[in-house]
Amino acid sequence: MFSVNNLHAYYGQSHILRGVEFSVGPGEIVSLLGRNGVGRSTTCKAIMGLVKHKGSIKFKGEEVGRDKPHIIARKGIGYVPEDRSIFPTLTVQQNLELGMKSVKKPGKWTLDDVYRQFPRLQERCNVCGGHLSGGEQQMLTICRSLMGDPDFIMIDEPTEGLAPQMVETMGELIARIAKSGISVLLVEQKLTIALAISHRMYVMGHGQIVFEGTPGEFEKNQTVRKEWLEV
Amino acid sequence: MSEFIIFSLLNTLIYGLLLFMLSSGLTLIFGLMNVLNFAHASFYMLGAYFAYQVSLKVGFIPALFLAPLGVAVVGMLVERYGLRRVHAHGHVAELLFTFGLFFLLDELVVLIWGRNPVDYQIPAFLDFPLFTLFNSDFSAYRGFMLVVSIAMFISMYLVINRTRIGLIIQASLTHAEMVNVLGHNVPSVFMYVFGAGAGLAGLAGVIGGNYLVTEPGMAQALGPIVFVVIVVGGMGSLTGAFVSSLLLAGLQTFAVGMEFSLADLFMKFGVNVQSDGIIGDILRIQIANTRAMLPFLFMIIMLIFRPKGLLGVREE
Repeated sequence: MFSVNNLHAYYGQSHILRGVEFSVGPGEIVSLLGRNGVGRSTTCKAIMGLVKHKGSIKFKGEEVGRDKPHIIARKGIGYVPEDRSIFPTLTVQQNLELGMKSVKKPGKWTLDDVYRQFPRLQERCNVCGGHLSGGEQQMLTICRSLMGDPDFIMIDEPTEGLAPQMVETMGELIARIAKSGISVLLVEQKLTIALAISHRMYVMGHGQIVFEGTPGEFEKNQTVRKEWLEV
Repeated sequence: MSEFIIFSLLNTLIYGLLLFMLSSGLTLIFGLMNVLNFAHASFYMLGAYFAYQVSLKVGFIPALFLAPLGVAVVGMLVERYGLRRVHAHGHVAELLFTFGLFFLLDELVVLIWGRNPVDYQIPAFLDFPLFTLFNSDFSAYRGFMLVVSIAMFISMYLVINRTRIGLIIQASLTHAEMVNVLGHNVPSVFMYVFGAGAGLAGLAGVIGGNYLVTEPGMAQALGPIVFVVIVVGGMGSLTGAFVSSLLLAGLQTFAVGMEFSLADLFMKFGVNVQSDGIIGDILRIQIANTRAMLPFLFMIIMLIFRPKGLLGVREE
C-alpha cells in the first residue's frame, strides 16, 4: 500500500533523516514513535513533498517521491500536521469545504457524514476556526483531510494538549477511520493511544528506525522503551 | 465651506479607490507569498502605456479591458519565470529581484516611448462636465473613474468572498502549505493572484494615466504612497488596505485646502504661539504645504506605535 525506503532529508547542513524505512498496509494503523527532534514530523513533510529528500516513496505501487505536494495529495495521501493548521479566519464549514479537492467530484466523505458523526462540528459550523477549542480543532483538521477522500492518512500528534476524555475520543476516531479502509500512520511522541489502537509500531531515533514490531512485542522490549522513548 | 467639503470628499473617494486598486494587489501578494513587490507601481505605469498604445489603434473602451489583461500576463510571467525561481533563495533575493525589475521596467518604457510624457488623453466622449456645484465642474471622466473603481471593488469582493478560488486565497493567506497539501495547486494560485494584482494596478494606470500624466516617472511618483497604504492598513489585509486607502486619500485631499498652520489653529482656541525658535517655525508651517509628507509621517508613527497596522494580523 505505502512504503518508504532509504529516505534521507536535510535542513540546510543538518542531516535529519538517515535512511528511514517503513511500510503501511491497507486498513492498517501503524504508529511512528520517538522523542522530540528525531525526525518524525520531517518524515511526514518529506512524504508530502514539503522538504527536500532523497530515497523512494511508493504509494499503491507507484513512486511518488518526486511529485509536487498537491499532486501527492490528489493521489490519495492525507496529512494532518502537528500544528493542526486550521484556517483561523474561515468558518468550520469553509475549513471542511477546502478539504474537498474538487466540488464536482465529491469523495466518500460528505459534509453530512462529518456532521452526522461529529454533531459538535455541526453546532459550530458557522464559527471561525480560530475560536474552537483544541479538541474541536483536532477533530476539524482530521475531518478536513477526510473530506479529500484519502486512502492513506498521516496524523501528527493528534492527542497533543488534549484532555484525557478527548484523547480517548481521538483514539476511537482513528480506529474508525482505519475500519473504513483508510490506512493510518499515527505519529506520536507519547504512547497514549498508540499501544491501544496500532497494528504495528515503529520507533525512531536519530533519523532512523530503531524498532519495528507489534504492540505486544513492543511491550516485552523494555530496552527500546527506556532508550528511545522515555525522557 | 460646504463646496470644499463635498468636492474634497468626492476627490478622496476617487483618489482613495485608485490607491486601493494599486494596494489591494500589493497587500494580497505580500500576504500570500511574503514578497514585498517593489515593482508593483511599475505595473500601474505599464497599464497607462499599454492603454495609450492600444487606444491609438482601437479606441479607449477596448483599451480599458485589453491593457489590464496585458499587464496581468506580464505579471504572471514575472511570477512564473522570475519570482518563483528566486523564491528558493529567500526574501532578500526576492526583494532585490523586484527592486531590479522596477528600474528595468522604467528604462524599458523610456526605451520604447521616450523620456517625455506621451499624449494619452481622456476620451472625447467623457470630456464634459457631469454637473456643476457651487460654480465648480465635476467632470464626467471623474465620474467614470468612480464607476470603474466601484465596479472593480464589488467584483473583487465577490471573488474573494463568494467563490472557491476566493476561499483558497483566504486560507492561503494564513496557511499556504496546508492548502497545498489538501490538494490545491497553491503555486498556480500564487501566479494568478500575482497576475490579477498586476492587472488591477494596470487598470489603475489605464484610468489614472490620462487623468494625470503618462510618463516614465509615474511609477516612482505613486509607488511610495502605495507602500504607505499597505503598511498603515496592515500588511496582507485587504480590508485594511481599503480603509487606509480612503484614509490617506482623505488626509492628502483635505490637507490641500487647509491654508492655515497649527499656530493659527491654536490661536482659535486662544493660545498665542510666540516662540521664535524652531518650534515656532514648525507650528507656523501651512498644513497645505505638508501634504506630500503627511502619509509618510503617518506611516512612521504607525510603525512605532502599532507595527502591525490598522487591521494587520502579523505581530512583527
